[in-house]
Amino acid sequence: MDGLDLAAANLISPPILFFALGLGAALVRSDLSVPEAIAKALSLYLVMAIGFKGGVQMAESGLTATALGALGAGIVLSAAIPLISFTLLRFTSGLDRINAAAVAAHYGSISIVTFIAATDSGAMMGLVAAGFMVAVAATMEAPAIFTGLMLAGKREDSDGGNGLLRDVAFNGSIVLLLGAFGVGWATGPTGMMAVAPFFNDIFRGVLCLFLLDMGLVAGRGLLRHGRDMQPTVILHGLYMPLIGAALGLGAAFIAGLDVGSGALLMTLSASASYIAVPAALRLALPEAKPAISLTLSLGITFPFNLILGIPLYYWAAGQVLG
Amino acid sequence: MQTTLKKRLEIVIEAPVLDRLARVFDNRSSGFTVIPALTGRGIHGVWSRAGEIGDAGRMVVLFAIIDPDELDETLEAVYKVVSRQIGIVSVSDVQVVRDDHFKGAAKPAP
Repeated sequence: MDGLDLAAANLISPPILFFALGLGAALVRSDLSVPEAIAKALSLYLVMAIGFKGGVQMAESGLTATALGALGAGIVLSAAIPLISFTLLRFTSGLDRINAAAVAAHYGSISIVTFIAATDSGAMMGLVAAGFMVAVAATMEAPAIFTGLMLAGKREDSDGGNGLLRDVAFNGSIVLLLGAFGVGWATGPTGMMAVAPFFNDIFRGVLCLFLLDMGLVAGRGLLRHGRDMQPTVILHGLYMPLIGAALGLGAAFIAGLDVGSGALLMTLSASASYIAVPAALRLALPEAKPAISLTLSLGITFPFNLILGIPLYYWAAGQVLG
Repeated sequence: MQTTLKKRLEIVIEAPVLDRLARVFDNRSSGFTVIPALTGRGIHGVWSRAGEIGDAGRMVVLFAIIDPDELDETLEAVYKVVSRQIGIVSVSDVQVVRDDHFKGAAKPAP
């Protein structure tokens, strides 16, 4: 499939269309909403399913040097991308040091939902990534936060560094992702057979409902804060994913990843956190304005990656790693 | 009915900070109550629980009843947590029944 075909196929896929429906509904100020508890349950299911499936694949392939290389690449990318984001923000926009560092930390970390959507897109194209990419996603969550704090000139958060490290390391999504990964690895294909109807058959449908909610959230965030954002900051939300993806592609090439895994590494590098990092930074960098980084990561970068980025990353990975 | 004068602290604070704030009251009062805040507006603008994907944009309200003579020490401890965050702290006089239910916890650790 060439790039345009990939983009077109992605655009008319049910998950993306439901996201667009949610986004559109929010922008026209519809009262459509998904109850908070249900959205939370959907998120738990998706993280659990992705983690478990990754673990099952890991049980089949085993721990390899490529896996270790990918893990190392993920950690380096997570720590380094904030440096680039911070520098670009300081030079191109009027953002002060604290807010630039907060935004940069978001872009060094990852969006597990974007990862899940990209994994599903790859599956629809017949490009199944290696199981260890789930572990790579988990390891890319945290290093960016500490780089962000360093850029802001903070040595530790007000409660001491251990509190922040604990909060980040034991973040609910990460615990569930790695835990489910471990269960999948331990039980392997036999375990998958026992739960396939739950983790496979309904996965895409649940993803559609969850992305509907994500569209609503992204749209409402844009309505609330989008008008207050400087154009140069909004642009950052569009070009930074491409820079991150390019770095991810380079790392995937060096690590010897296949197309599916490489595209996922690009997606992880291009994505920005809007759950774990914002919560951690409210503790560690409370002077930063959450509206700026959240609107960027959720209202600008997330839709960009979902609609245009993912097919682009798969196409690029196919060209370089295929 | 016999009532006793107490101080009620009401703190509207960002959800990610709740655990740290709760630890202040673990050592200083017989208990506290937390409820989710739905929506509001402050000097940082409008906020709403609906449409937030994680804890970062959510607010909660913590209530605690303390003895008047513990007010200053408690407010100092609370201020250390909330001073850098988005939130408000208010203090009011309340009358409570069953004073024995509000006996404070052990003296705070140094």
